[in-house]
Amino acid sequence: MTASPLAAWRDRLAALAPVLDAAEQPFRSQLTVRVSDPDAIAAMGSALGVQFPSAACTFTSGSGRFGDVEVLWLGPDEFLVVAAPDLQITIEEVLRGALGTVRGSVVDTSAQRTTVVLEGPKVRDVLAHGCSVDLHPASAPGGTCVQTLLARTGIILQVNGDDRVTVLVRSSFAEYLAAWLCDACSEYLAVA
Amino acid sequence: MTFRTPTGGAIDRDTLLHFTFNGQSYTGHPGDTLASALLAHGVHEVGGSVKLGRPRGIVAAGSEDPTSLVQIEAPFSEPMLLATTVELYDGLVARGLAGQGKLAAEPDPARYDAKHEHCDVLVVGAGPAGLVAALTAARSGARVVLVDEQNQAGGALLGVDEYVDERPSAEWVADVVAELKSTPGVLVLERTTAFGMYQDGFVLALEKRTDHLGFAAPEGVARQRVWRIRTRQTVLATGAHERPVVFADNDRPGIMLASSARTFLHRYGVLPGSRAVVFTTNDSAYCAAIDLAESGVDIALIVDARHEAPARLATECAARGIEVRAGHVVVGTEGAGRVTGVRIGPLAPASPDITVACDTVLVSGGWNPVVSLFSQARGKLRYDAELGAFVPGEELSTVRVAGSATGELDLNACARQGRDVGSEAAAAAGFAPGGQVPLPVSDSRCTARSGLVLWRVPGDDDASFVDLQRDSTVADVLRATGAGLRSLEHIKRYTTIGTAHDQGKTSGMIAAGIVAEALGVELEDQRPTTFRPPYTSVSFAALAGRDRGELHDPVRVTAIHPWHVAHGALFEDVGQWKRPWYYPKPGEDLHTAVLRECRATRESVGMMDGSTLGKIDVQGRDAGKFLDMLYTNMMSTLKVGKIRYGVMCGVDGMVIDDGTVIRVGDERYLITTTTGNAAKILDWMEEWLQTEWPHLDVHCTSVTEHWATIPLVGPRSRDVLAAVAPSLDVSNEAFEFMTWHDTVVAGVPARVCRISFSGELAYEINVTAWHGIAVWEALMAAGEQYGITPYGTETMHVLRAEKGYPIIGQETDATVTPQDLGMSWAVSKKKPDFIGKRSFARAENNRTDRKQLVGLLPVDPSVLLPEGSQIVETDRLPEPPVRMLGHVTSSYPSAALGRTFALALVRSGHERIGETLFVPVEDALVPVTVTESVLYDKEGARRDG
Repeated sequence: MTASPLAAWRDRLAALAPVLDAAEQPFRSQLTVRVSDPDAIAAMGSALGVQFPSAACTFTSGSGRFGDVEVLWLGPDEFLVVAAPDLQITIEEVLRGALGTVRGSVVDTSAQRTTVVLEGPKVRDVLAHGCSVDLHPASAPGGTCVQTLLARTGIILQVNGDDRVTVLVRSSFAEYLAAWLCDACSEYLAVA
Repeated sequence: MTFRTPTGGAIDRDTLLHFTFNGQSYTGHPGDTLASALLAHGVHEVGGSVKLGRPRGIVAAGSEDPTSLVQIEAPFSEPMLLATTVELYDGLVARGLAGQGKLAAEPDPARYDAKHEHCDVLVVGAGPAGLVAALTAARSGARVVLVDEQNQAGGALLGVDEYVDERPSAEWVADVVAELKSTPGVLVLERTTAFGMYQDGFVLALEKRTDHLGFAAPEGVARQRVWRIRTRQTVLATGAHERPVVFADNDRPGIMLASSARTFLHRYGVLPGSRAVVFTTNDSAYCAAIDLAESGVDIALIVDARHEAPARLATECAARGIEVRAGHVVVGTEGAGRVTGVRIGPLAPASPDITVACDTVLVSGGWNPVVSLFSQARGKLRYDAELGAFVPGEELSTVRVAGSATGELDLNACARQGRDVGSEAAAAAGFAPGGQVPLPVSDSRCTARSGLVLWRVPGDDDASFVDLQRDSTVADVLRATGAGLRSLEHIKRYTTIGTAHDQGKTSGMIAAGIVAEALGVELEDQRPTTFRPPYTSVSFAALAGRDRGELHDPVRVTAIHPWHVAHGALFEDVGQWKRPWYYPKPGEDLHTAVLRECRATRESVGMMDGSTLGKIDVQGRDAGKFLDMLYTNMMSTLKVGKIRYGVMCGVDGMVIDDGTVIRVGDERYLITTTTGNAAKILDWMEEWLQTEWPHLDVHCTSVTEHWATIPLVGPRSRDVLAAVAPSLDVSNEAFEFMTWHDTVVAGVPARVCRISFSGELAYEINVTAWHGIAVWEALMAAGEQYGITPYGTETMHVLRAEKGYPIIGQETDATVTPQDLGMSWAVSKKKPDFIGKRSFARAENNRTDRKQLVGLLPVDPSVLLPEGSQIVETDRLPEPPVRMLGHVTSSYPSAALGRTFALALVRSGHERIGETLFVPVEDALVPVTVTESVLYDKEGARRDG
């Protein structure tokens, strides 16, 4: 009944091993939150069981009544709440409740982007072929979250650890991203 | 005869490489360049000159060479490479060029890519200064990138046989490189030329990764890579280029720079010739002469332009039987192809010239620091009268210069500079000093001191070449100054000096000197020409990198795209989107397919993929107020559950976009934009919110790709919808035009809007993109009994044109107002203000002869007007200028009308309805009748089914 943007790319992404373990994580619940009031931000964090990131270009993660939840900093008053599939409607309600009458907005954007998780010792090298952000562990430690370009598509990039990165891409650009990843890995695969 | 020395040079003599040049077979060794391998066979003449066809040879040993351009023909055709920078490989086929090469006709099969790199300290140049700078910075813990254009580190040390710290200099270099490579956070890039330096520490460098492997280049490995380096601090240790002196017939093969001949000897084990005359203005050429003499070259004479030869070096020469003639210059040369002799005269012409036979002339006019990157970084240059060259003239906060790039000529001093600036750069990047790097001590016999500054020896100006590649002579320079040009920038353009592949590395300074002499001005007062990237030639293939083919421009696709592909749709590019254009059945062309799709939709039911429409969620207490300012019509009065069409104008009152506005809740709207303007309109909204109306409580969020959108269109659309949405009351009373309902369609939560872009009864079904294909297929199945027909953008265009609905960007071009489109009804007269309102009062906006949207019906109903055609008033073209009344914006055959029709923007169009105008098509003037823009179902009877 449902089809994810990269369903047709599963095998091609899997073939990037051992250079990269690459797989789509489809259908995740995603909500774009615009809010700047600190109390409202705190209330939303409490409602989710994970505090919103206070530092620019970072994300937070934790576990609460919605299971594992991540909150990505996208801008001075913009966040993306990410959780397991099928929670978007209840999370939207909960966040609206926490926002109350304070200035802000909550929008279900779950299908706006899909997620690709990349893991492997070469992950930063591969991304460096198309991403101008400094991905050196000293500059982009785990917990980093930036909106940037990967080659010619906008992405949200989360650094989960030394060898693990999560990329969120607009659904219409997902196939371009997958094609680019396959191409960028080709030399590493040829050498490996 | 071989000119290869019996021993020496960094070449692998045990391995023989075969190559072909200008049709002749030759051999060389790994470690050779094409140039050194040719010289080893006594081949100096590489090609001809671009304008005059004069034979040209090899002037320098590196990337500064102005002449040795070749075309590689195998393994892959590549033009305009320098023989001095092509590393030799087995099977190479090349030929010399006369200034112009030829691009390959077939696609380049090699891979080119790019990589971003970040560092604290970037060091450009791996000569003594750069190596010490890099090691100093590396020892402090900084992230260091060291780039060098050669295939091995060492810089100037590669071309001499000097000892450093009492051992061969190569050993010292190897030790430093080994430590750098083993230090974490250090990246050493060989064969990598930093070719562009930009603001904020952004440097582009080209790495030639497999060029040198020729046929053995591994497949799948990028041949060249553009490094996009972002650095906090930069050390430029870019070295210096030897400069020639200009004299008559100075361009013959066999005439080369003295230090380059020395490099060919020590690095490649190659002698430049049998008998050489050395012409110098400074000490350094003596070392070349002595080294070559010791290797068996007969040094016929050293001609030193200075009044006195340096005593110690002269003594050394005398000991080797080399005659030195001070106070003399080369005034001319002889030879049909290669040089066969030089004419010598005193600096101040007095006694008659003498002629000396030789096959080689080695020239040194001093040294030009390589300041290209420093100048690109906006560093000011200063003329150093002692050196006769421009040197870095100021300190920059993030760019430091070390070594001979500063004008310093002594190795030990260069290394000390490297250590100093390496340490300063690391400190500026926040790193405390690490272990001090010991400075290398050289045994060089050439004491470094600058000599006499001499640009040219007077002689035949027409044969005295300043820029050998451009065939530009002293006469050309004097013509420029004689014509009144004074600026070096102007003279560069007038003479083309410095505009060839070498960017004037050996000619620019001399040209400046000759200009200053001609004008009688001091070089201190002359502004040097601006250095621009690239420092050396970079191929377009390398710049394109992986951004080619399917990666050239992202193709955006909707969630339903796989269905369109599977069902044979042809696609149209709309922005970056691929949209189904039409779905031809076997044997159908565009026209027959579109007529079928139109007919099916008007007579039964059709549907299309409208997912590319921009969608923006607008939330907040002031959302209505904000939309009232954005649109020309009123949006705050829209009731929840209702939909309104809206037009947006720019501040100039011209239409920029249109779409629908859905009121989702008291403080929430969903607006749609045209496909191509989705991002632009979101930016436009954010710009107003952030810069003009930050007090408004409104937030905008793009949800374009969250939703799949399917317009279901035609008299049978209600039946189809009813079948897939059993819980929805689809009756005209319960589900009115311009309202929306949240419901379940095909088992999926959906928002259904009753809007129409065709004039037919129509619904727009929105579901999350994940469900797009499933719902599309359910609609196809439910509509099967009605012959439901998928249609593409072409049919959409026809259907809307029949109703006179404009398309932004087709009927509009940033000069069209809502009134011009006949949409005064969409412009609020009640609202106190909105974007564009003020412009509607301008006189220009109220002219009666503005171009207005009308329909055109060709008198012959089978004639299809080409879109873009001009419209004129008379049936015969008058003498030019012909008054143009406007142009055709859309033109189609129509199944519903049984004829062709067009939309057009026509001067005073609304007043001309009923008139006959004429459209020039090829040689004929086609008569057309002006009509209202709405041509089909003017009463709107079909809207409710």
